Amino acid sequence: MTPEPTAAPLVEIRSLSKSFGARQVLRGISLDIAGGEFLTILGESGSGKTTLLRLIAGFEQPESGEIRMGGERLDTQPPYRRRVNTVFQSYALFPHLSVFENIAYGLRVQHAPKEEIPGRVNAALAMVEMTDYAHTPPTKLSGGQQQRVALARALVNRPQLLLLDEPLSALDANLRRAMQIELKALQREVGITFLFVTHDQEEAMALSDRIALLRAGALEQVASPREIYSRPATSYTAQFIGQTNLLEAEVRGGKARAGTLEWAANGTEGKATFSLRPEQIGLADPALPTVGDNTRFRGRIRNQTFGGATDLLEVSCHDGRVLKVRIASRGPLEGEREFEFRAAEAVRVRATED
Amino acid sequence: MYTRGYKLAVSVPPLLWVTLFLLIPYAMLFCYSFWAVAPGGATIVHSWNLGNYGELLHNPMYLGVLFRSMRIAGTVTLLALLLGYPLAYYLSFRAARRKDLFYQLVIIPLWVSYLVRGYAWKTILGSDGVLNGFLQFLHVTRHPVEFFLYSPFAVVITLTHIYTPFTFLPIYASLEHVPRNLVEASQDLGASPIKTFWRVIFPLSLPGVLAGATFAFVLTLGDFLAPLLVGGPSGIMISNIVVSLFGAAFNWPLGAAISLSMLLLVVGLLFLVERVEKRLSFS
Amino acid sequence: MSDQATPFHRSRALGVYAMLVYAFLYLPIIVLVVYSFNGEGVGGFPPRGLTLGWYRTLLSDAAIWGTVLNSLLVAAAAVCIALGLGLPAALALDRASFPGKAVFRRLVLLPLILPGVITGLSLLMLFVSGGMKLSLLTITLGHGTALISVATTELFAGLQKLDRAQEEASLDLGANHWTTFRRVTLPNLRVSLVAAGLLIFTLSMDEIAVSFFLIGRENTLPLEIWSRLRRGITPEINAISTVILVFSIGLIVVWYHLRTRSLKTEEGAGALLPSTLEGERA
Repeated sequence: MTPEPTAAPLVEIRSLSKSFGARQVLRGISLDIAGGEFLTILGESGSGKTTLLRLIAGFEQPESGEIRMGGERLDTQPPYRRRVNTVFQSYALFPHLSVFENIAYGLRVQHAPKEEIPGRVNAALAMVEMTDYAHTPPTKLSGGQQQRVALARALVNRPQLLLLDEPLSALDANLRRAMQIELKALQREVGITFLFVTHDQEEAMALSDRIALLRAGALEQVASPREIYSRPATSYTAQFIGQTNLLEAEVRGGKARAGTLEWAANGTEGKATFSLRPEQIGLADPALPTVGDNTRFRGRIRNQTFGGATDLLEVSCHDGRVLKVRIASRGPLEGEREFEFRAAEAVRVRATED
Repeated sequence: MYTRGYKLAVSVPPLLWVTLFLLIPYAMLFCYSFWAVAPGGATIVHSWNLGNYGELLHNPMYLGVLFRSMRIAGTVTLLALLLGYPLAYYLSFRAARRKDLFYQLVIIPLWVSYLVRGYAWKTILGSDGVLNGFLQFLHVTRHPVEFFLYSPFAVVITLTHIYTPFTFLPIYASLEHVPRNLVEASQDLGASPIKTFWRVIFPLSLPGVLAGATFAFVLTLGDFLAPLLVGGPSGIMISNIVVSLFGAAFNWPLGAAISLSMLLLVVGLLFLVERVEKRLSFS
Repeated sequence: MSDQATPFHRSRALGVYAMLVYAFLYLPIIVLVVYSFNGEGVGGFPPRGLTLGWYRTLLSDAAIWGTVLNSLLVAAAAVCIALGLGLPAALALDRASFPGKAVFRRLVLLPLILPGVITGLSLLMLFVSGGMKLSLLTITLGHGTALISVATTELFAGLQKLDRAQEEASLDLGANHWTTFRRVTLPNLRVSLVAAGLLIFTLSMDEIAVSFFLIGRENTLPLEIWSRLRRGITPEINAISTVILVFSIGLIVVWYHLRTRSLKTEEGAGALLPSTLEGERA
């Protein structure tokens, strides 16, 4: 359910900055979050993603800039007055309360009508399939179970915005994949805006309506998963999300030249960096002619890593450049082969200065 | 992983010592409490009877002192908690950078000699002491106020002073153990700081509160120095009676009976507290 | 509300209250120190006639220094006894299981919370029945017994923080238990041992309740001060108290830094001083 671009955004973040001592963690971030969308803040550790989340939740104060939700200032409100709830990375369940009371906590504390509470709590329990554990102490639950309770505890309050701070990072791979699917379905069902933080780009791509890639406190690119993958804006984005080959080329007269590689390219002349995904390069049949804007080159297969459905080849070109090529798995390959790719797949990116 | 020899080597020496210097003496206490003093008052007769316990329970003087001791112990415990808890909370949740320094500042009085501190209160509370001098200096009073010293009041003040650090320590420890993300979670769910305190922080700090209260109550109950220093005749506590029974009043059996009763009271209280704690760990 | 500069208003009252508590805790100490310089004696207000006279009297008071020496000897011996037995006791509680262990644990920790009167009295009975004359030795035995609890609690906490894998590695590499203890366990416990030793030393120097019953012809420092108090108050007592105070502060600062240094390798602060119930639960 991709949100309508014309609707007013639910959350507006303007020029948000935050430092801890001498270290500047967020540099003037501006971002809109649409109502009902699943937005992921993606970044390495130290990129500032958790800080951004904590600023929205209210556990930190911004240095400058502001946050608005539904048109009203949010950052001047203490956390207990914001219609925002958080699912913590460590779950933060109250050990002295049962699962039921944990979930009921927000309702009790905000003086929800007493008659309503059991109904709402039980509905939340059913939603995360933890009904049988209503009276268990949280310390006796597994990680995955605690995570569900944390989710229910947050959602039962019907917040306008749900913040999730790497909630799946402590789970093992299979459980994690299962939870990802459940989480996505849940969000679609309740329609609440989810702001999800993770460092795992595969997770981001699987779950999000949009991804906001954060690097060193600034937004590198904000786009849907497909767009951010196929049209990365910078070399950092191209490398962080999925795998890629970065080609330093010279563009002149409608062509880009990088060593012995040459392909059709338009745009400003001069030096440029191009991103070419390994799966966009395929084995060429020397017997057939080149079609369309395909470019061919020869290379020697240095290494072949079996990956189940695909093989990842390391191919050495004549100018010494090594390219990554991903093809459907077909048994061991050797020696020199001819490869080809479509010129349009070589995406021009901004080089990221370090 | 640990061989039998290892386990024997580490358990036997302390066991032997503890048996010789703790178990046997308690056993002797037990025996003495059932014996009596010979009519002449000079020797102890080993005739087994419950006379001492009867004396303890029926003699209004002993009962009176016992109840006074419990009242004083209860008051001191309450005051020490009222002083120690906010202090511990402040250090744990508000002090941030200066936490270490503040912590050391709490411990330092603990290590100043008890006697010295009691003596200091004596000089403060006396009729020509610092407090009276100060009040007269400010013309608040014209004559020295007598009841400051040599009264249960003085005992309570002195013992509160002594035992506030004792309540502070375990409360501080348990507050430090409260995961800070629980505080954030509580506020995230809509609870103001005060609600967060009463619903999350305080319940989780109860084990520390119990430990501190137990310490303060038991140690105050058995205290004999403060009454001697600042209590006067109206501030006598149960341990003073025991001390005199072993001294000038020479009645070891009765003193033993009282001591054993105190011992049983302490052990009983510890059991009770332990059970309460177990129930508290998940309500 | 939303245009307040700091919307998350934190009450100042708590900070003020905390400072008042500190004032209460330090009032007698300050009075003590100030009046040790008071020319006119121990009472009255304000103090007049600042003088170092009482310290001079103190310096030439041979009797007091004799008892200081006694106390030092007793404290040193008590440290040896308490650590010497507290370490095996802590090891036993940490690693061995035997019938009656729960009783043993409670028994060892009992003197921590039991009023000193009872410990002192019961030991008195023991010595008298055994025909032993009361002396510094009996006091030493009393201190040692009472302070084993402190040693055990501190060392037990130190053992819990020990990485068991290190000992396993040592055994795996061929060292027997005694060697492992000497080369791995003990060095790791060094900080705990020193910290416990300091604590026991200080507690022994100040011990009155147990000593009261076990005293022979020689006094310890606290008991000497006590008997002088009965005779009458002079600021000389303030002077010696101030000296004790300064000394104790020094020891405590050292103890604290040792303790926190060993804790900095862990994240979060656990109990920085023993709590009987925590120790019992462990």
